[in-house]
Amino acid sequence: MNATRLVAGALQLALVVLGGPLLLGLMRRVRSRLEGRDGPRITQPWRDLVKLATKQRVRPTESSWIFGLAPLVVVATAGAVAVLAPLATLAPPLANSTDFVAVIFTLLVGSVVLALAALDTGTAFGGMGASRALTIGALVEPALLVAVLALSLPLHSTNLVAIVADGARHAPVLVGPSHLLALGSFVVVILAESGRLPVDNPSTHLELTMIFEALILEYSGPDLALVTLGESMRLVIWLGLFANLAAPWGVAASGAGGFALGAAVLVAKVAVLGVAVTVFEVTTAKLRLFRLPELLAGGFILAVFGVVTGAVMR
Amino acid sequence: MIALGVVVIFGALGAVASLAPARYRVATSAACLAVAIVAGATASIAVLATGRAVDGHVVSVLPFSGATVELSALGALFSLTSAVVALAATIHWLGYQRHALRSRSAVAAYALFVTCLLLVPAAGDDVTFLVLWELMALASLALVAHDHARRDEARHAAWWYGAMTQGGAGAITLGLVALAAHAKSPSFAAIAASAGHLPASARGAIFLALFAGFGAKAGLVPFHVWLPRAHAEAPAPASALLSGAMVGLGIYGILLARTLLGVGSPWWWLVAGLVGVASALYGSLYAATSTDVKRLLAYSTSDNMGLVVIGLAASGLFATDHHRAAASLALLASLFLVTSHALYKSTLFLGAGSVQYATGERNLDRLGGLARTMPVTTVLVLVGGLAAAALPPLNGFAAEWLVVQSLVHGLTGAGPVTTVATTVFVGALALTGGLTIVAVVKALGIGFFGRARSDAAATATEVPLPMRIGPALIALACVAIGVVPELAVAAVRRAAATMQPNRSGLAASVTGLHLGALRGAVDPLALALGAVLATAALAVLRHSAGPRRAPRRRTFEPWGSGRAVLSARMQYTATSFAEPLQRVFDDVLAPQHDLDVSHAVESRYYVERVAYASADDDVVERRLYRPVLRLATWWGERARGLANGSVHRYLAYGFVTLVVVLVVVS
Repeated sequence: MNATRLVAGALQLALVVLGGPLLLGLMRRVRSRLEGRDGPRITQPWRDLVKLATKQRVRPTESSWIFGLAPLVVVATAGAVAVLAPLATLAPPLANSTDFVAVIFTLLVGSVVLALAALDTGTAFGGMGASRALTIGALVEPALLVAVLALSLPLHSTNLVAIVADGARHAPVLVGPSHLLALGSFVVVILAESGRLPVDNPSTHLELTMIFEALILEYSGPDLALVTLGESMRLVIWLGLFANLAAPWGVAASGAGGFALGAAVLVAKVAVLGVAVTVFEVTTAKLRLFRLPELLAGGFILAVFGVVTGAVMR
Repeated sequence: MIALGVVVIFGALGAVASLAPARYRVATSAACLAVAIVAGATASIAVLATGRAVDGHVVSVLPFSGATVELSALGALFSLTSAVVALAATIHWLGYQRHALRSRSAVAAYALFVTCLLLVPAAGDDVTFLVLWELMALASLALVAHDHARRDEARHAAWWYGAMTQGGAGAITLGLVALAAHAKSPSFAAIAASAGHLPASARGAIFLALFAGFGAKAGLVPFHVWLPRAHAEAPAPASALLSGAMVGLGIYGILLARTLLGVGSPWWWLVAGLVGVASALYGSLYAATSTDVKRLLAYSTSDNMGLVVIGLAASGLFATDHHRAAASLALLASLFLVTSHALYKSTLFLGAGSVQYATGERNLDRLGGLARTMPVTTVLVLVGGLAAAALPPLNGFAAEWLVVQSLVHGLTGAGPVTTVATTVFVGALALTGGLTIVAVVKALGIGFFGRARSDAAATATEVPLPMRIGPALIALACVAIGVVPELAVAAVRRAAATMQPNRSGLAASVTGLHLGALRGAVDPLALALGAVLATAALAVLRHSAGPRRAPRRRTFEPWGSGRAVLSARMQYTATSFAEPLQRVFDDVLAPQHDLDVSHAVESRYYVERVAYASADDDVVERRLYRPVLRLATWWGERARGLANGSVHRYLAYGFVTLVVVLVVVS
C-alpha cells in the first residue's frame, strides 16, 4: 500500500460521500419531471443534511447505546467500501484483497447494526422495518452470492479489481451469457438491497408498506443525516459496482489525469444508471411483500443459469 | 503422553471432588479440571507446533486389548478446541453453580464429560475410541437429565438424546468393528492401511454407517431432533460443551471415517453434501423462527454443522475430481469453521445461561432491555452473535470466506455433477447466511435491546464476575482470530496436513488470508481498523454537530401511533419478527398455530377476545419420528396382550420357540 493508492482511495471516498446525496437529488428531480412536477433542485438533499446537522439528537427513552452507534457504523462501513472498491480507480489501497464477498459482508454489517438499533427503539415500527428488511436481505443473499460465483468464473477469483480489470481487457467476457445472466440477477439484487421500487418505496411513510423508512423512523437531527448519507453512499457503491462490472471502461489504472477521467466516467455511469432506475420506478408499482420471494427467486435462478452456462461453455 | 496422563488423573480427581462438601465441591472440581484442561491443551499445542503425533500403548487400562493412544495433529486441533471451550465453561460454572449444576452427580458427570471431550480425539484404536465415546455420551446424558426431577422437558430431552446417541453409537460400532475385523486389528493405523483392500461396495456401506452415526452426534438432519431438546435443557456450561465441543467431535468422527476409508467415490460426498445442505437450510430456518433462545442456538448449531459438512463434501468431491488445491482449501475451510463455531457458539450458550441465571427466562418474548441492565453480557453475546452471522471482522466471517473461496476454486475444470453440486452449495450457504442473520438479529434485538418485556427482565442485574470472564475469554478469541486469522490458520493447516498434503497455497499473515496461486485474499485487520477509525471520527464529528443554544441531545417517548403511552407489549416479538419468513417458507415449516377470535355479541366488527397458541415443533420430528414412535407404541400395546400372566401360555411360547429354533437349525 503506497501513498498514491491511499490518495486514490481517499478521493474515491470523497466522490462517493459528495455524490451520494446528489444522486438522490438527481433521482428525485427526474422523478418529478416524469410525473409532471418541477421538483426540488439536485442539491436539495445536501441542504437537508446540513440543516439536519444543526438539529437536536432525540433518542427514544429506554433505548441503549446501539441506537447511537448504528448511524456511525452504517456510514463507516459504506465509507470503508468506498475507499477499497474499484469505483473510479483500479488501484485502490489493498487492491489484492478487495474481495467481492468481503465487500458484501462489510456492507451487511451496517444493515445488521441498523436493524438492531431499530429493534432497540422499542416501537412497533422499528420491529416491523427490521423484520421486513432482514427477511428480504435473507432472500437476496443466494442470488447475490451465486451471481458473484458466476462473475468469478472467468478468473476463478472473487477479487473485484481483477474482475473489473479483466472485463476491460477481454470484452468478449462481458457479452457472454454467463456474465449477462449474472448482471440480470444483480439488477434484482441492487433494487432489493438499496430499497428501490418494486421492493420498497423510498418516498412512502405509510405504515403498511414502508420498510426502510420504518427502520429509521426514530432517527432525527445529525443521526438522521448520517443514516441518509450512509444509504445514499451505499446506492452509489452498488450502482458504481454494477456499472464497472457491466461496462468496465474508463476506470483509471494510474495517474492523476487517469483518476480525473475515471471519476468523470464514474459520475456519468452512475448518473445514467440512477436515471434508468428512476424511469423504471416511475413505471412500476410496488410489489406486495409476499410476492417479493418470487422476484428474488427469479434473480437466484438467473444467477444459477449464469454459473451453469459459464461452466458448460468453458 | 505425560500430559495425557495428567488429563486422566486430574479429570478423575475432578470427578472425585464431587464427594467434597457442597460449599467447596464445584470450586475443587473446577480447580482439578483446570489442571486437566491446561495439560490437555499443552499436549495439543505441542503436537500442533511440532506436527509429530504422540502415541503409545497402555496395556493394563482396558481388558483384552489395552488402550492405544495416538494424538495426531487432527485430533490435537479438536482436543485443543474442546480445551478452550471447557476452560471458559468451567469458569462460567463457578458462578452458575448458584443456579444449578452443583449436586454430587452433576459435578461428577461434568468432570467426566470434560475429561472425555479432551481424550476422545486422542484414541488410537477402535476399543479405546468406543469406550471414551460412550463414556462421553453417558456423562453428557446425565447432564442433559440434570433437571429431570423438576421438568418433564428435561426427561423427554434425555430420552430423545439417549435414543439418538445410542442409535448413532450402534452404527459407529458396526462400522468400526467391520473395519477392525477386516484389518485383524483394532488400531486405526492398521485399519487405514488395510481398508483400501475392501471391495468398493463394502467401503461405501461402512462409510454410510459411520457417517450416519457421527452425523447423529453432529446434529445433522434428520438426526438433529435431540439437539433442540438436549441443548435447551442442559445447564448452560453443559450446553456450551455439548454444542461447542461434543458436536464438533461428530465432525471429527466423519474426518476419522475419511482418514480410515480414504476419499472413496463421488457418491459418498454427494450424499454427505445433500445432508449438509438439508441441515444448513433446515437448521437456519428453524433458528430464524424459534422463540426459545437455547432452542434457537441449538438449531443454529445444526445449521453450522451442515455448513461444515458441505465443506467436507466439497473437499471429497474435488479430491475425487483430482482437483487437489480446491480439495485442500475446502478441508481447511471446514476445519476453520468447526473451530470458529466452537468458540462463538459456546460464547452464545454461556451468554444465554447468564441471561437465564439473571432472569430465569429463556423465552425471547419475555426478555428485552438487557443492554441496560446486563451491559457486559450483552456485548459478549453481541460479539458471539455477529460472529455466528459471519460478519467481518469476526472469526465466522473468515471461515465463511474460506468456504466460499474453496467452492469458487472448485469450479475450475469441474465435471457437470461437481458444477451443479457446487452451485447448490453456494446457494445453500448464502441462504443459510441470510437466515442466520435473521436469527441472530432476532435473538439480540428482541432479547437484549428494546424495552423489557417482563418484570424479570426489567429487574435483572449483571451476573457474577466468573460468568462474565468465561464467555469473555472466548469472545476475545473470536475477535482475535477474526482480525488475525493467522492465529488459527497455522493450527488448522497442520491438522489438515494429516489427511492430505496442503496444496491450497493458503497462507495467513498478520494482514489477512492469502490463497497464493488460487488468487484471492482478504484483509480483515485493515478493514476492521479502517471501519473502527471511521466510526470514531464520525462520532467526534457528530459530537460537535447540533444546535448552538439548546441542549444537543435529549430523550423523548417514541411515537406510539397516536397512543399517549407506549407499552412494552406494542413492540415486535420474536414470533412477529419471524412471521414474514414463516409465511414465505410456509410449505417447509408447516407451522402449527391456533388463532381463535371471539367476536362481541352485538357486532362482528368488535372483537371480544383473541386466543393465539403456537407450538414449537419440528416438522421432521412430526412427519418422520412420530409415525415410527406411534408404530412402536402400537406394537408394544399389542404385544402386551400376549403376556396375560398365564404360566401355561408362557410354557407354550417356550415350546413353540424351541420347535421353531430346532426346525431352523436342522
